[in-house]
Amino acid sequence: MVIIMTASALIQNLPALLVAIPLLLAAVVTLVPVPAFAWVISLAAVGASFVIALLLHSVTMTGVEISYYLGNWEPPWGIEFVVDSATSMTLVIMMGLAFIATLAARHLIAAEVALADCGKTYAAWLLVCGGLSGLVMTADAFNLFVFLEISALSSVILIAMGAGTDRRSLIAAFNYLIIGAVGATFYVIGIGFVYAVTGTLNMADLALRLPEIEHSIVIFVGFGFMIAGILVKAAVFPVHVWLPAAYSYAPSAVSILLAAIATKASIYVLARLIFTVFGGFPEMIGSALTMVIIPLSVMGIFVGTIMAIYESDIKKLLAQSSIAQIGYITLGFGLASKSGVAAGFIHIGNHALIKGGLFMAVAGFFTAMRNRVDLNSLIGMGHRMPITATAFVICGLSLIGLPLTAGFISKLYLVRAMLETDSYLLVGIVLASSALSLIYIWKIIEVMWMQPAAHDAPKLSENPAVYMPLWMLAGLNLWFGFDASWMVASAEFAAKALIGAGL
Amino acid sequence: MTMQAIADLWNYYVVIFLMMAGLFMVISRQNLVKKLVGLSIFQTSVFLFYITLGKMAGGTAPILVDDPSVVYSNPLPHVLILTAIVVGVSTTALGLALVLRINEAFGSIEEDELLAAKAEAALARPNRRRQADKDGHHHDS
Repeated sequence: MVIIMTASALIQNLPALLVAIPLLLAAVVTLVPVPAFAWVISLAAVGASFVIALLLHSVTMTGVEISYYLGNWEPPWGIEFVVDSATSMTLVIMMGLAFIATLAARHLIAAEVALADCGKTYAAWLLVCGGLSGLVMTADAFNLFVFLEISALSSVILIAMGAGTDRRSLIAAFNYLIIGAVGATFYVIGIGFVYAVTGTLNMADLALRLPEIEHSIVIFVGFGFMIAGILVKAAVFPVHVWLPAAYSYAPSAVSILLAAIATKASIYVLARLIFTVFGGFPEMIGSALTMVIIPLSVMGIFVGTIMAIYESDIKKLLAQSSIAQIGYITLGFGLASKSGVAAGFIHIGNHALIKGGLFMAVAGFFTAMRNRVDLNSLIGMGHRMPITATAFVICGLSLIGLPLTAGFISKLYLVRAMLETDSYLLVGIVLASSALSLIYIWKIIEVMWMQPAAHDAPKLSENPAVYMPLWMLAGLNLWFGFDASWMVASAEFAAKALIGAGL
Repeated sequence: MTMQAIADLWNYYVVIFLMMAGLFMVISRQNLVKKLVGLSIFQTSVFLFYITLGKMAGGTAPILVDDPSVVYSNPLPHVLILTAIVVGVSTTALGLALVLRINEAFGSIEEDELLAAKAEAALARPNRRRQADKDGHHHDS
């Protein structure tokens, strides 16, 4: 008998396919000796993931919550994948950005990674994508740890591939491995405490059972360990120390991928844990948000921005600025209101577009110059590589939050959410830090456009394999600045799924 | 605290001791291999924590027998730890592979010496290495 997989059966299995396709093809890609061929397979896998994410998003936007039982084992015994509107929005952003990063990766990886290692690099690339999808979808607290480590270990491999151009990437990768493993182990300790008092690992089941527990001190300790572990992975100040070196010494393509999607998944998990799993403890969450998350976010915003102002190496500068931008996202969550969480989600999307674009522009400069990109080497770059430099300016202005760019929408909704909760001090902080971010972006723009290139500076050729995906991102930055309805509607739906009517 | 209480919680004291010892090693040791050893001890302490959680006094393996007086241990934490052990082994393996590459590239695995070498690397441009890569001598000798 021939078994034909019907369209409906295929749709029912979409959440599992989103993880299975990249993970299985990763094993195939390792064995492919031709980099171009490995790239085609990877592009197909990530493209399929993006299409699946879009399908899931269109289903969840109708208010449906998709639940998938792995191996047909019913929760709370089996592992469950849950896709609601918050999950699907994160998935669309991550897989969309991963797709555009993969488009640019062919040229960048060929330029920076040894021929023999290309296939394995693409394998790790797919493992990161599949691992992060699983991390976002899983509704099992322990399974989450497994996906966390799949994506973290493959990110470490990708970062270490930078050794071909800069041996410091090895140390950056090692430090990330150690710090990340300690963070993940903290998370596991936390689950141990929570499991000890509830006897369940399913998130929905945990949310139901936790409020019935009398020994709230155990839950408090478990919550603390879990959140501390995830904060490390999300690179929230002050446990962000692994991030600047990891992003700046990784190969260009890897910097784009990680900066755009890696921390986003962990930030989503943070929101998921705080607002749904521990949603039954409004007092505990409230004090954790106002006494830990908000102060850390504010410090992260200022420390990241000020470090970026004094940095002259562009990749490091962008990595420092990521610390500040992650601060904006967690600040939105910290408000604990529906509009605050929505603002956080809007910035998850917009920051992925902004940082992906900026790192891709730097990748373009790097492969053309074959030299580390710093302020000196960018002198007159606006005239030497106008296509790439213009896209850099657009993404840079979006980072500051100029009107008609995506970044403006982020700041607008963040400030609006703060005004709703009467947090005027925070509004001042956001505006002041935006003004400060103008300094570090402007110093790059000034060097690129206002200063003439040296007379003996060689002409640089711009490769369409890099600037086409780059302009896609720059275009999206403008598009979402002009018409943010998709982003805003999805984010509001996501916030509704996470915190419902409010705490 | 009575002797009985100490005996009851003995495993947890061991867990806490191993956890602190492991974390201290990760933070304080300069040698990268010793850091990995510390990390392994830290992770192993968590395995022990889970196994202790699932163990019932006098409990047997969870195979159903026709005797209502039999006490079973909870198998789930033990199974979870099987997974965590796999993750721990792969973390250590990847870490050791990186240490090997760091030793090839820098000629040292002591953190303070690496920091000094990194500062030198920051001064010297990586152009020469890139050229060597292009000529086909990629693998560090």
